[in-house]
Amino acid sequence: MKEMLLIIVSAALVNNVVLSQFLGLCAFLGVSKTTNTAAGMGGAVIFVITLSSFVTSLIYKFILVPLDLTYLQTIVFILIIAALVQFVEMFLKKNMTALYKALGVYLPLITTNCAVLGVALINVQKDYGILQGTVNGFATAVGFTISIVLMAGIREKIAYNNIPKSFQGFPIVLITAGLMAIAFFGFSGLI
Amino acid sequence: MKQNSPSERLYNGIIKENPTFVLLLGMCPTLAITTSAVNGIGMGLTTTVILAASNLMISLLRNFIPDRVRMPAYIVVVASFVTIVQMLLQGFIPTLYSSLGIYIPLIVVNCIILGRAEAYASKNPPVASLFDGIGMGLGFTVSITCIGAVRELIGAGALFGHQIIPLADAAGKGGYQPVTIFVLAPGAFFVLAALSAIQNKFKIGAAKRGIDPSNSGSGCGGGCAACGNTMCSGKGGKES
Repeated sequence: MKEMLLIIVSAALVNNVVLSQFLGLCAFLGVSKTTNTAAGMGGAVIFVITLSSFVTSLIYKFILVPLDLTYLQTIVFILIIAALVQFVEMFLKKNMTALYKALGVYLPLITTNCAVLGVALINVQKDYGILQGTVNGFATAVGFTISIVLMAGIREKIAYNNIPKSFQGFPIVLITAGLMAIAFFGFSGLI
Repeated sequence: MKQNSPSERLYNGIIKENPTFVLLLGMCPTLAITTSAVNGIGMGLTTTVILAASNLMISLLRNFIPDRVRMPAYIVVVASFVTIVQMLLQGFIPTLYSSLGIYIPLIVVNCIILGRAEAYASKNPPVASLFDGIGMGLGFTVSITCIGAVRELIGAGALFGHQIIPLADAAGKGGYQPVTIFVLAPGAFFVLAALSAIQNKFKIGAAKRGIDPSNSGSGCGGGCAACGNTMCSGKGGKES
């Protein structure tokens, strides 16, 4: 239990996936204009990463390792993720229409989100089991959601501010992200 | 320069459509591994090799891959080359391999590679695609090496691992006190912010003088959104 808690705190806050590992930056910068869309994206990411880290660690442990094919992990993982996203999309469309409408547009975008592949690879690298891997995936995705929602909140405020011309758009968002990253350093005392 | 000639492709990749500064693609490695100039060169050249090889391969296969499954097919081609390069690095340059770590397999999801495959290699002949890959890769290398050099210089007073500015002694006297935050995570954001602000400044100036800026949409993550959209359309095509 203590170990799980440690994994959660470390993945969600201390080693925040966006602000300290720079994974999933595209979505972080692209879909953080309003808090609603950011929360939607966060929800979709939590769903997909948790599922994909479960499936990838299952396949790694029971197919790749026994067959001595671990060097194929990159190819296998990216295909699993692409297929999984497609499958989840079809499943939601058919069975959970409300959730599909809420997440709909964000789902296909997630395949290109490197956080998904990143978590799968980190799970292998750190030698996590299936349960630990899934928990790590969930916590990483929660960290992503925290940072993207915070970012969207700040950007909604920034829209009313008077920013120097050259810093409008992309640069000011990056500076904000940098300041957030400094703030997140404060969490490193937690573990 | 003639359209689609090798030199035109190289110029296009390095200057005109520089993937990092103009198209804003591939942000993850750009920020993550640019803690030093050497890492920047290593990552850049690795990406260049993969980009050139996968562009060539996809261009050769462009008439054989069915349109509906082109995205998965591209991903498999890219992932195979990434795996090969990863093994070569592990075998021959282990220091670079360990310093780039998880970001080598993550080259698979680098928007630049899939973006070029979709936008250029799938429609053009092999030689032009090869040079397009090399040009784009070199453009990426140059920009991330620049970012790495700035961060290394400010954050550690060194350049390519050589101490350029003498550091202050333990008492903090006589010399340069390195601004360590620049080699940490926030520094990456600040340096990229400053560089793209400078770029915006030039664009605004150019626009005022009546020159049409080549890519006025300095949209944040616009490149990646576009990249995601190509994925969407690819998936849509597959579904129908």
